[in-house]
Amino acid sequence: MPKSVIPIGPYHPLQEEPEFFTLTVDGETVVDIDVQVGYNHRGIEKLSERRTFDQSTFVIERICGICSTSHPFAYTRAVEDIIPVEVPERAKYIRTIIAEGERIHSHLLWLGLAGHFLGYNTLYMWVWKLREEILDVMEILSGNRNNYAMFKPGGVRRDIKSEDIPLVIKKIDSIVPTLDRLKKAILDDPVLHARLKGIGILTREDAIDYGALGPTSRASGVAKDVRKDAPYGAYDKVEWDMIVTETGDVFEKVIVRVLEVYESIKIMKTCLLNLPEGEIDLNIKDIPPGEGIGSAEAPRGETFHYVRSDGTNRPARHKVRAPTFMNLPTFKVTVIGETISDATIILAAIDPCYCCTERMAVRNTKGKKIYHGQDLIRLSQEKTEHIKRKMGIK
Amino acid sequence: MKLTLKALLKSPWVFHLSTGSCNNCDIEILDCLTPRFDIERFGMLLAPSIKHADVLLVTGSCNRKSAIRLKRLYEQAPKPCLVVAIGECSLSRGMFIHSYNCPLPLDKIIPVDAYIPGCPPKPEAILAGALKLIQKIKGNL
Repeated sequence: MPKSVIPIGPYHPLQEEPEFFTLTVDGETVVDIDVQVGYNHRGIEKLSERRTFDQSTFVIERICGICSTSHPFAYTRAVEDIIPVEVPERAKYIRTIIAEGERIHSHLLWLGLAGHFLGYNTLYMWVWKLREEILDVMEILSGNRNNYAMFKPGGVRRDIKSEDIPLVIKKIDSIVPTLDRLKKAILDDPVLHARLKGIGILTREDAIDYGALGPTSRASGVAKDVRKDAPYGAYDKVEWDMIVTETGDVFEKVIVRVLEVYESIKIMKTCLLNLPEGEIDLNIKDIPPGEGIGSAEAPRGETFHYVRSDGTNRPARHKVRAPTFMNLPTFKVTVIGETISDATIILAAIDPCYCCTERMAVRNTKGKKIYHGQDLIRLSQEKTEHIKRKMGIK
Repeated sequence: MKLTLKALLKSPWVFHLSTGSCNNCDIEILDCLTPRFDIERFGMLLAPSIKHADVLLVTGSCNRKSAIRLKRLYEQAPKPCLVVAIGECSLSRGMFIHSYNCPLPLDKIIPVDAYIPGCPPKPEAILAGALKLIQKIKGNL
C-alpha cells in the first residue's frame, strides 16, 4: 500500500514554536516520524561567551521563557562549582521558591495546552486562569511575570520581604480548591480516559534506553529526579514525594504533572514559612580557571550546564543540554503505530520545548554542511544504535 | 479610508508567528486570549492561517532559517496586512543583536506597523498596543 507523508509545520496553528514534523502514514497509522528543528536557533552559547559571568545569567534566562529559572539555576551552580563555593542558606531557599513557582506555572501551562489539543477548551481557559494567580505570586516575589532575573553566581539578586510572605501564602492556598476540582474533573472524565489511556506508551526499558528525563521518565516508572538524586537548593531540607507511575502512557504523564503541582505547592509553602535569616549573596569577584558542571530539575527534566573558565571575567566555553533534547527521540517509539489523531497529543505529551533544545549548529570544516538539531538527533540516535550493536542488544 | 481597512477595524484576526523567540512573548499572546485579559471581547481572534488573518504578530529575533519563511508568509498574506512586532527581540533583536544567526532586525525584512516593547511585554501592554494600532489606522483617514 502506498504511504503518504503529512507535513506538520514549521508554522502551524497547533504549535506555539516553529518546528517541523514529517509523519509518514499508512492509512490512519503513523509508520515513521521525522523532526526538523533549527527555526529557533539564536546562538546563545556563543553569546554567553561574550558576556561576563554575571551578565550571562540574563542571556541564559532567555534560552526559554518557560524554564527561565532552571537554566540560570544550572548555570549558577556550574559557576559555583568552578570556585567551588556554597551559597548562603537564605539564597538557597529563595532559589528553591522561585524554581518551584516556575514548575507550577509550567505544568499548569502544559495542562491547559493539552486540554486545548484534545478539544477541551474549557479546561484550557480554566487552567490558564488559575495560572495567572501563580504569575501574580512570581510578580510579588521577583517583580516580573516571566523572566525573573533572580539568579546570579553566588546568590540571588533580590530578597523576599517578610511582609510579602503572608500574602503569597494566601495566594498559593487560593489555587488549591480550584486545582482539586480540576484534578477530579480530569481524573474522572470518561472521555479523557478513553482518549489518553493506552496511547503513546513509553515502556520503562525504552525510557532508560533513550535516556528520557523528568515527568516523561517518571510516568514510565523510572524514578529519576535531580532534586532527590543529587539534592541542591533547599530540596533536601523539605519533605516532599517524587511522583512515579507505572505504564508510561499519556494519561500517566498528565497525572504525574498534576500531582507534581501539589508537591511544588508543598515545597514552596514550607520554604516560605521556614525562610532562614542571613545573607543572600556572596559577592563573588573573580572566577578562577577551571571547569564546572551544574544541573537542575526543570519542569521537563534535568537541565545540564557546563562552564569552563580561563581566569578572565567571561566563560571560555558554555554548553547547555536541555531536557527536551533527550525526550525528543522517544517519539520514535511512542508515535509509531498510533493513529494520526492521537499523534498530536503524544507529540505534546513530553512537553517539548524547542527553544531550549536548539543550541548549536556544528560546521564541518571540510564541506559547507551545517549540522542543525535534526542532524544531531540523527547522529545521536545512530550512536545509540552503534553502541547497542556493539553490546549485542537488538 | 479604504473599505478593506475599515472592515478590518471591527474584528482584526491575528496570525501569530514565532521567528526564534524564547516562548515568553508567545505565551503572553496566548495569555491575552484567556479569561483574565480576554482580548476576544475586542473581536480579535487567533487565525489558523495567514490567509485568513488581517494582522501578523511577529515575535522573536528573525534567524537565518525563519527569515526566509517570514518573507514568504508575508507575501502570502492578503493585503492590507498589518504587522505588529512584539517584544524586544523583534524590535531590535535585543540581546541577540550580536548573534551570528540573527542577521537583520524585523523591520528590515518586512514593513512593520506597530511595535510593542518589553521582554516580554505584559498582556496589558499587548492590549494597549493593539488599541494604538487601531487608532493609528483611524488617524490615516
